[in-house]
Amino acid sequence: MPLSLQEVQRIAELARIGVSDAEARAVQSQLNDIFELIGRMQKVDTEGVEPMSHGQDLELRLREDIVTERDQREQFLSLAPEREQGLYLVPKVIE
Amino acid sequence: MLNASLKELSAALAQRKISSVELTRLFLGRVEKLNASLNAFITVDAEKSLAQARAADERIAKGGAQPLAGIPVAHKDIFVAKGWLTTCGSKILSNFTGPYDAHVIERFSDAGAVILGKTNMDEFAMGSSTETSFYGPARNPWGQAYVPGGSSGGSAAAVAARLAPAATGTDTGGSIRQPAALSGLSGLKPTYGLVSRYGMIAFASSLDQGGPLAKSAEDLALLLNVMAGFDARDSTSVERAREDYVRDLEKPLAGLRIGVPKEHFGEGLAADVGKAVEAALREFEKLGATRVPIGLPNSGHSVPAYYVIAPAEASSNLSRFDGVRYGHRAKEHRDLADMYRRTRAEGFGAEVRRRILIGTYVLSHGYYDAYYVKAQKIRRLIADDFAAAFKQCDVIVGPTAPTVAFKIGVKAADPVQMYLNDIYTIPVNLAGLPGMSIPCGFGKDDLPVGLHIVGNYFSEAKMLNVAHQYQKATDWHKREPTGIQR
Repeated sequence: MPLSLQEVQRIAELARIGVSDAEARAVQSQLNDIFELIGRMQKVDTEGVEPMSHGQDLELRLREDIVTERDQREQFLSLAPEREQGLYLVPKVIE
Repeated sequence: MLNASLKELSAALAQRKISSVELTRLFLGRVEKLNASLNAFITVDAEKSLAQARAADERIAKGGAQPLAGIPVAHKDIFVAKGWLTTCGSKILSNFTGPYDAHVIERFSDAGAVILGKTNMDEFAMGSSTETSFYGPARNPWGQAYVPGGSSGGSAAAVAARLAPAATGTDTGGSIRQPAALSGLSGLKPTYGLVSRYGMIAFASSLDQGGPLAKSAEDLALLLNVMAGFDARDSTSVERAREDYVRDLEKPLAGLRIGVPKEHFGEGLAADVGKAVEAALREFEKLGATRVPIGLPNSGHSVPAYYVIAPAEASSNLSRFDGVRYGHRAKEHRDLADMYRRTRAEGFGAEVRRRILIGTYVLSHGYYDAYYVKAQKIRRLIADDFAAAFKQCDVIVGPTAPTVAFKIGVKAADPVQMYLNDIYTIPVNLAGLPGMSIPCGFGKDDLPVGLHIVGNYFSEAKMLNVAHQYQKATDWHKREPTGIQR
């Protein structure tokens, strides 16, 4: 089932990626080619198969709930596009 | 020195025939001379490299330095390195200086190796040609109109053209093995969990694995000795006893059972590649190995399943690039949501945007079972195929890629054609197995052909043994690109 232009725009909005109408149209046909490729897996019989979420069936390790990181606040903040008084700045959210 | 093995370089450094500073200058000079045409490196910083080289020379002077001490190694620009620009081939990280070292970088520094520079790559490792890089395509030293493969194409081009003695890469669906094949190198993707992903910028976390690219299996063994190891900061890092990957290199291959999957020799395989791989199989028989026909019946479903699983994980991983904490931020925006949309539209290239959209869709409400869960079930079938095959054989051998290198531009506009390049390598990532590629001859336009060797979990020492014995009997890995300036 091919993706409609509206669906492409809805996905882009969910992904927080701005697309113009022209871009959405260009992407639409490429995505439909890719979904045709992906769609080939629907013919595989997977009845009763346990999904495999990882390359190895690993158990997550547990550790003591203690601080292991040192304070690097200044260094990390220095990478931010905008910052002030030790905080990340973003455009105003609440009027 | 340019063609020397790591063992030879290590001996020359230990015997003080050359210093690390001289060796590092030699390769920095090569980069300076040839990078403009190959575009293999995104960043070089001679001052930083030479400071490390001087420190290495002091360590060597004291005696007892580790095998890689003083040897310059190029790192894929996906590994965060403290004080180094770390772009992941993307505009969105084009202003990002690493605040810490990835585990892999730490390991090389602890071993006394020198960071030679950061290599070009497909943006966020999404590609098979290095053409999706924000910094432009890297070029194949065997023919500069051709791609070096990808996504670790800058690392491959650098080693193939002797701009670096060795390099690191990462492999999510073939990104070490395919560029190794297309550039005439040896490359190894270890078992999932063997090399820590800490500081390795995430693409698809259940598939990503770091590994080395080099001129021989012997070099790979020395590099893996440094790269492999437990790291508590990666929750999927495997806790197991350290191994010496050099230990089994010299074992004879008599009695080795080589599984040959019929599915990897069918439609889609170019005749020139098939011929070179067949000749390699005969060489292995001469070395005492036997062929075992095997089946990997579900391997044909691996590309569709991969293009659900990898984009799904990528869409989640790449949500962190939002213009707030690091990286590019759009200059003009109306509000916070608009800032996100513009930042991500400006910062990500076309292929990355496409994969985020695919991933977002397959994870979205109402489609999760039909796509994501279905793909995970197929992943299980693919892993089960390998488990059955390894009951009959010790390693699986076939072609790494269906064709030799293709020309820059010919597949860039057709994502599906590009994706099918990784048809033989992707099943290995889905199963979490180790895989490697070694040169086994030349095909069309005198371009290198890669031989794919897949082993069972944690059988890297065996695979390296198989590859090294082949390389002792043949000289494909010693060929170097003609037309590259000395």
